[in-house]
Amino acid sequence: MRKSDRFFLFISTAALLLGIVLAHAHFFGRHDLPAFQTVCNLARSLEITDLCLATEAIYTRHPSQADWHIPFQAHPTSLEHFPTGATIRPPDTWRNKNVD
Amino acid sequence: MWIEKQRHILDFTLSSLARRKGKNLALIAVYVLTVSILGSVMFYSAAMKREAALLLKDTPEIVVQRTVAGRHDLMPVSYGQEIVKIRGVGTVKGRLWGYYYDPTVKANYTFMVPEGLSLTEEEIIVGRGLARVRQLSKGSRLWCTTHDRKNVPFRVFDILAPESELISADLILISEPGFRKLFGISGQYATDLTVKVRNPKEILTIVAKIRQILPDSRPITREEILRTYDAVFDWRGGLVLLALAGAVLAFLIFAWDKAGGLSAEERREIGILKAIGWETGDVLQMKFWEGLTISLSSFLIGTLLAYLHIFFTSAALLSPVIKGWSVIYPDFRLTPFVSGVQLATLFFFTVIPYTVATIVPAWRAATIDPDTVMRT
Repeated sequence: MRKSDRFFLFISTAALLLGIVLAHAHFFGRHDLPAFQTVCNLARSLEITDLCLATEAIYTRHPSQADWHIPFQAHPTSLEHFPTGATIRPPDTWRNKNVD
Repeated sequence: MWIEKQRHILDFTLSSLARRKGKNLALIAVYVLTVSILGSVMFYSAAMKREAALLLKDTPEIVVQRTVAGRHDLMPVSYGQEIVKIRGVGTVKGRLWGYYYDPTVKANYTFMVPEGLSLTEEEIIVGRGLARVRQLSKGSRLWCTTHDRKNVPFRVFDILAPESELISADLILISEPGFRKLFGISGQYATDLTVKVRNPKEILTIVAKIRQILPDSRPITREEILRTYDAVFDWRGGLVLLALAGAVLAFLIFAWDKAGGLSAEERREIGILKAIGWETGDVLQMKFWEGLTISLSSFLIGTLLAYLHIFFTSAALLSPVIKGWSVIYPDFRLTPFVSGVQLATLFFFTVIPYTVATIVPAWRAATIDPDTVMRT
């Protein structure tokens, strides 16, 4: 087999895989799937305003509800006073408590 | 005929690349890594923004808080009676929710009173993340300290579904009497108020009226809540990219040097090709194929790796950045979301610059006299 044939075979395979990825995102990423709708219904019934992504502080747990006037909570779109907030690393003992 | 010629040039290009195997494989490895990191950040930010937008699309149209001395304070339920009088307001409800710090595991919980769930004063429903950290199951007890320092047990009535962890990992649903007893909040107060508006076009007018009637209130609109999440994920993504900027710049310099500065060996190769009859156009086509081979392969592999990383491993490499100090962290799989625009952006910023960078110096070398090139 010529080198160019091997190259085209490789590119075609990778492109096909990328196509499969797009199809996967399209069919398995649909937000009308029952499981996702259940979560949406729960969010609606509980009147949830924020995602539960970072539970360490009030302004990170509910960033949209944080108040305006305190440092680190200056405004819903100003979450951290860079670089202070971003450079303080949690101690090891604390990080080990993260349960995966 | 044209296709056959291109295939011959490609055959020659691949043989030429294979002669410098180590160098080119190292370049592809770094290139793949760069594309996959950029792709991961891009996919993650976009998927999270979309997830937030869909999950929070039915969030209350207006949430009204009360601020005292610059801090969020309890909201008198009587404020709701003032708000409901505003023309265009549908219903006003008081929400009860708050934070509870558990020194046992150094974690914050969010207590919330749900509407329409009948729980007794001692019963609670907990989020999956909390149940994991405290090793709770149905029927087990969770001891909490009330506002007046009494330890009271709550019985776990149920655990919320694992699919809902992104909104409920640290959540404890409790009855209204249980909540008021735990935090010592009288029946005249709520945490905040939610306002339903009949016509969404009137939201801003109603917000202005609430501010006028209740000067110590702070209304937050649904639009602001959704904008917050756009900003959060743009910021997080930007921060990760900022941290990686050094590595990306190093790659760009490396790639530019590799693609732009032709080595003596490569210049001699071009000279020989010209001497045996190749035209300038042929040399440029060879260099084009060389750039495309490396950049297209790296783009395809890097994009696939980024997709697998974000949607199959739950962003294993990015999650420590987001976890931070959190003790309770949701275990969730993002809903896959990749758009053509994302792929086009990634392609444009990774493949095009490299391919162009390989052609320009080759054109310079290809236009010089072969004799001069071979002698240098």
